[in-house]
Amino acid sequence: MQLDDLYRRVIMDHYKSPHNSGTFDDGAVTVEMNNPTCGDSISLQLLLKDGIIERAKFKGEGCSISIASASMMTDAVKGKKIEEALQIANDFSAMMTGEDAEFEYEDIQALSGVTKFPARIKCATLSWNAMKKGVALSEQESKT
Amino acid sequence: MIGSHIRSQFPILHQQMNGHPLVYLDSAASSQKPIQVIEALKYYYENDNSNVHRGVHSLGTRATDAYEGAREKIGRFINSESPVQIIFTRGTTTAINLVASSYGRSVCGPGDEIVITPMEHHSNLIPWQQLAKVTGATLKYIPLQPDGTIHLSDVEATISTQTKIVSITHVSNVLGVINPIKEIAAIAHKNGAKIVVDGAQSTPHMKVDVQDLDCDFFAFSGHKMCGPTGIGVLYGKKNLLDQMEPIEFGGEMIDYVELQSSTWKELPFKFEGGTPIIAGAIGLGAAIDFLEDIGMDEILKHDREITAYAYNRLSEIDELKMYGPAENRASLITFNLGDVHPHDVSTVLDAEGVAIRAGHHCCQPLMRWLQVSATARASFYLYTTEEDVNRLVGSLLKTKEYFGHAIR
Repeated sequence: MQLDDLYRRVIMDHYKSPHNSGTFDDGAVTVEMNNPTCGDSISLQLLLKDGIIERAKFKGEGCSISIASASMMTDAVKGKKIEEALQIANDFSAMMTGEDAEFEYEDIQALSGVTKFPARIKCATLSWNAMKKGVALSEQESKT
Repeated sequence: MIGSHIRSQFPILHQQMNGHPLVYLDSAASSQKPIQVIEALKYYYENDNSNVHRGVHSLGTRATDAYEGAREKIGRFINSESPVQIIFTRGTTTAINLVASSYGRSVCGPGDEIVITPMEHHSNLIPWQQLAKVTGATLKYIPLQPDGTIHLSDVEATISTQTKIVSITHVSNVLGVINPIKEIAAIAHKNGAKIVVDGAQSTPHMKVDVQDLDCDFFAFSGHKMCGPTGIGVLYGKKNLLDQMEPIEFGGEMIDYVELQSSTWKELPFKFEGGTPIIAGAIGLGAAIDFLEDIGMDEILKHDREITAYAYNRLSEIDELKMYGPAENRASLITFNLGDVHPHDVSTVLDAEGVAIRAGHHCCQPLMRWLQVSATARASFYLYTTEEDVNRLVGSLLKTKEYFGHAIR
């Protein structure tokens, strides 16, 4: 059990200065999600237009892994088509179950070490689940 | 100190965890089990296992004797007036839910009040929230002092003649506060209210005398006091238990069953529908034998000493903030280490073989009151040694160093 497998430099950089942190006003769908077993929480905003995630910002309370993961997730899905974003989320889930996965946005790869710390997987997946829920909500809204 | 002497009787403590000898500091979540309890469960399943209170065969008699023997033992342990006032449940949560769903619904209505505190575990909070919603009663909170204790003047001010139920924890699982139950019970009774006590964190560590406390209901769990999981106890005053309706219906709890209606058995059986938790009760009986053999006063003394030692050692760490009162605290310490999130603290400690709890400890309202999203908690029991505390302190210093480099 090597701590450095978990707390890689790139993860700590995202934790220290998270990307896409904050909120914005116009036409965003907001998802609040928390991890009831530990108290981590995220408020994620997505702006979808013509099937593309134009903006993504988050506010979070949580550990290094959950904040770093949210920072990376928002970076990764911004500017992507919905299908592409969901594919990245699926690849991320696969990585969390120990499968090999590759990411165009390479920072995400650093989170593969989390699989060696099973108790922390929920920290890493929180923001990704919020993104999937946000996309689903937004698609529902556009249908009605 | 009993800490080091007693450890040989806890097989689980003698293992390596992530390359280090295990230091178990999460007993407030669940205690470890001595060999005597493990053997009692094994003996029961190998020799006496059978259903209780039904067959006429000899095994059935032995199982029934062992099960009812455990009830008597537990009754004596908390000084219940009689064993029939000891209801076996799945744990503290189920016990409190039984009071809320049965007694609570029969006495609460619009305009009535239920009084609790912000330090309650979710298991002594949500049943009352739900009861208030269903009956139209109001849920009120006794305010906390800045150190997390409660003042009797606030208890006086919150409880009124409209109050039907006061429910409060004996010992806080986060703050380590020990509440003055006897005095609160007197105030509740003066106003015509009944008092329910969550004893999950007190019963493992101190002599509990339900008659002296004068509580109307008292709930606790076996697994936090060296017993198995899945067994807990609800004690109640006999006149109250007698007037309460069961909330679970089925086998074992009935007297006469007709096509359109049925009648119930006498106490305690009317509350124990279905095949009861036989092995669990016997295991809890064995745990009580084990604890009484050492002596509850000895255990309390040890737990206080080790907690005071830990409090002093943890005070030496810069940027470590402890929550709850400095004095008169139970055997746990909740803290945060600078800006390092408790999950990260817990992961680094785990890599050092030190098991602590991190999160909201099933106390979300209390976390908000403390203005934190989560905390770390080290909790101690009769097998905890000064060496365990030293390892905790050493690992926390390592955590600081590790995250100091990583973050800055």
